[in-house]
Amino acid sequence: MAGVWVFAETVDGTPKPVVLELLTKARSLGDMTAVALGPGASKSVETLGKYGAKKVYVHEDGAFRDVLATPAVELLARLLAKDKPDLVIFGMTYDGRDVASRLSARLGTALIANATDIGAKDGGWAIVSPMFGGSLLVTTVPKAKGPTLVLIRPKAVTAEPAASAGAPQVETLTDPVDTSKPVARVLRRETEKASGPKLEDAAIIVSGGRGLGAPENFKMLDELAAELGAAVGASRAVVDAGWKPYSFQIGQTGKTVKPTVYIALGISGAMQHTVGMKGARTIIAINKDPEAPIFKMADLGVVGDVHKIVPQLIQEVRSRKGK
Amino acid sequence: MNVLVCIKQIPDPNAPGKLDPQTKRLVREGVDLVLDPGDEHAVEAGLQIVEKDAGEVTVISMGPPKAVDAIRRALAMGAHRGILVTDTALENSDAISTARAIAAAVKGQTYDVIICGTESTDGSSGAVPAQLAEFLALPLLSFAKKLEVAQGKAVIDRQTDDGYDVVEAPLPAVVTVTGGINEARYPALRGIMQAKNKEVKQVGLSDIGLDGQAGKAALTQEVVDATPAEARKAGEIVEDKGDGAKRVADFLKELKVI
Repeated sequence: MAGVWVFAETVDGTPKPVVLELLTKARSLGDMTAVALGPGASKSVETLGKYGAKKVYVHEDGAFRDVLATPAVELLARLLAKDKPDLVIFGMTYDGRDVASRLSARLGTALIANATDIGAKDGGWAIVSPMFGGSLLVTTVPKAKGPTLVLIRPKAVTAEPAASAGAPQVETLTDPVDTSKPVARVLRRETEKASGPKLEDAAIIVSGGRGLGAPENFKMLDELAAELGAAVGASRAVVDAGWKPYSFQIGQTGKTVKPTVYIALGISGAMQHTVGMKGARTIIAINKDPEAPIFKMADLGVVGDVHKIVPQLIQEVRSRKGK
Repeated sequence: MNVLVCIKQIPDPNAPGKLDPQTKRLVREGVDLVLDPGDEHAVEAGLQIVEKDAGEVTVISMGPPKAVDAIRRALAMGAHRGILVTDTALENSDAISTARAIAAAVKGQTYDVIICGTESTDGSSGAVPAQLAEFLALPLLSFAKKLEVAQGKAVIDRQTDDGYDVVEAPLPAVVTVTGGINEARYPALRGIMQAKNKEVKQVGLSDIGLDGQAGKAALTQEVVDATPAEARKAGEIVEDKGDGAKRVADFLKELKVI
């Protein structure tokens, strides 16, 4: 069976949500090994096993948490040379992208980014990635020797525990991590507070675009979101303009979301945005431009002025909830 | 302080993109080509460093001869000189070839900071900056929404899922900047005039010692199929005649979310 590895990013020993998605895909493709690095990584072993990892490499050195990419690249390059798996899967996250990209240059191997699916094909791999905002699905096959590295977009796969899973074999590594070369080191971490549900988990998302006109108009989105128990998101234009922090951004750069209901307010629907939200079950759009591309994918589209309609909508929702 | 900024010319992102059904390559004919809007922030970040601290900004791009227009745009913004890596053997290059070519083209030159956008707006793999850092054996400060360069170090606020990390690296270093880092300046007429006289050096694969080691000769992957994805169907579109909010609220009720 093919050897398939997953780069299992953990935070204080808990795998990131995308890791469970990667494991679900990886175990369908071959014998799966997970690599969990950083302080507390050994705590993730049980979960990684539940999702189908047969073997887990663990290294708990603090450098994997505090130094960007390079320690993970050094270790992975060494382990890959030893075990020679066919495929290594990473999440398309900040760190996953840095590590996979550097590693591909180190090994001279194929790196395929933005993937949403991987299948076996003619004894190799066929990797599917969306292009042009997801309107086109492109299939890429690796040509280079060595393991194929694939970056999978979050939410591309639905995470499910394996039907039958034994405890994985664990190999704990303790060899010293060389950080004598110049490195990028994390000095401190800052958290930006957000109220309400997280974008990634929210069942309803109220999202604003440039059509809102000014940053203060996001207040009415907050109000509507509070009434609906929704999370607030934003388009790239709004984030680039500095109206909202990057953590709100939905799209190609930014978050991929799959809510039950997505309410797009003053969002034109540029492809960079829609690739991050077209998986929503239902899309509602309000925009003054009848030609806005968002109307091509909306289940209900209202051509009109968000500044007038949103305050009315808040009232309508309130009165209906009262009944 | 010597700054290198990596830029890319792309089809206008506001125009719908197309792939050639035969070659599976991006159609560049009949489409407006522009400097990637993400790269304008990289050029701006470079200019701000040398304006504070003296020095020069060099812009580099790999692409067809026409990509010189994107370099001229950066020069019009205020960059000092340009390098275009262009060679028919580099057509259809993957990210790793691009990074290898740029690394080879700047070998032996000393830059304190190398700035890139986080990813191109068209290809958007975001792999080139980290690959370039690896080929040059430099640290990479990625996803910067703030950048400060002083005393032989670069310090960034690095975007994270729920905030940012403050990350430091000694110079020289590669930095990728997000759109939110600055407001890119618009070239002034004077800048556009001056740009015409600034030096743009063109180099091919043999000039940088990469004959047969990049581009077509070294493809790591191949696109074998491109299929239209199942499109979402448009639903009902109504014009607001004072009842728009009511329609939306009715629909939300129907969906049982209120």
